[in-house]
Amino acid sequence: MQTYLYNQAHHNQFIMEDTKTTDFAEMQAQMDVLKKKIAKLEKSRKDQLSMAVVSGDLDKILAAMVISVAAAAMDTQVKLFFSFWSLSALRDPKKSPKGKDFISTMFGFMLPKGKDKLSLSNLNMCGMGPMMIKMLMKKQNVMSLGEMFKQAGELGVEITVCEMSMGLMGFKKEEFIDYPNLRFAGAATFVADAGDSSIQLFI
Amino acid sequence: MGVWGLILNNMTAEELTGITADLVVDARGTACPGPLLAAKKAIGEIESGEIMEILSADEGTKHDIPRWCDKMEHDFLGVIETDSYTRLFLKKA
Repeated sequence: MQTYLYNQAHHNQFIMEDTKTTDFAEMQAQMDVLKKKIAKLEKSRKDQLSMAVVSGDLDKILAAMVISVAAAAMDTQVKLFFSFWSLSALRDPKKSPKGKDFISTMFGFMLPKGKDKLSLSNLNMCGMGPMMIKMLMKKQNVMSLGEMFKQAGELGVEITVCEMSMGLMGFKKEEFIDYPNLRFAGAATFVADAGDSSIQLFI
Repeated sequence: MGVWGLILNNMTAEELTGITADLVVDARGTACPGPLLAAKKAIGEIESGEIMEILSADEGTKHDIPRWCDKMEHDFLGVIETDSYTRLFLKKA
């Protein structure tokens, strides 16, 4: 009986040791797979914010810039893609490019010339609304849109202008504001940037 | 735990009153996201382990600064509320 028990115990121990080695090898293999996955994840999702800014309303450009400055202050890389109506916000009122055709000139004339000329999406009241908002912002110590662009530039917020909408609306590169990180590119650039980002927004 | 326990679980206003910050940032003149921006710019001026105090009249800052500290791994120590503004304390990581 004793011999049987001894044999049984010895046998069990042998089995346990055998399972331990296989477990370890399996775990090692799983660890390698996980390590590869983590490396891939770390590479694919950066601490980065990509924003498609399409609206040219004062309130929406304000929202885009407040979020951008806050994100940049939190050390998140910010990449803005300006397209369509939002391009008005990037126009420099002091610059007037030459050599535009008739339709482009008309567009340029009808669209707001710069960030200080934008209208509100609500309660615009023929320009009374924006005036009141700007007055209130000053009173409540909110940074002006101009100051926000300045801060964004200093914090390294990148702005990419959509070439296609620029051509569509007849804007020229020469009429945009002097911004430190202004680039010109297409939608694929936004898609690639957004794919790398942990935050993507559309305004 | 000891002192670290106090630092990890925010300190009370009484405990904070006894602290002299190495740097005081007065951001009462700006609204969101001004105070956060001021804090980010000022944090470079102090060494790791030193204490920064931020003065803010903006309500949102009370929630924003702890989130920022969490991300940047600074120790958020707590707040002292006064009638017109908030004093926020943090220890640089």
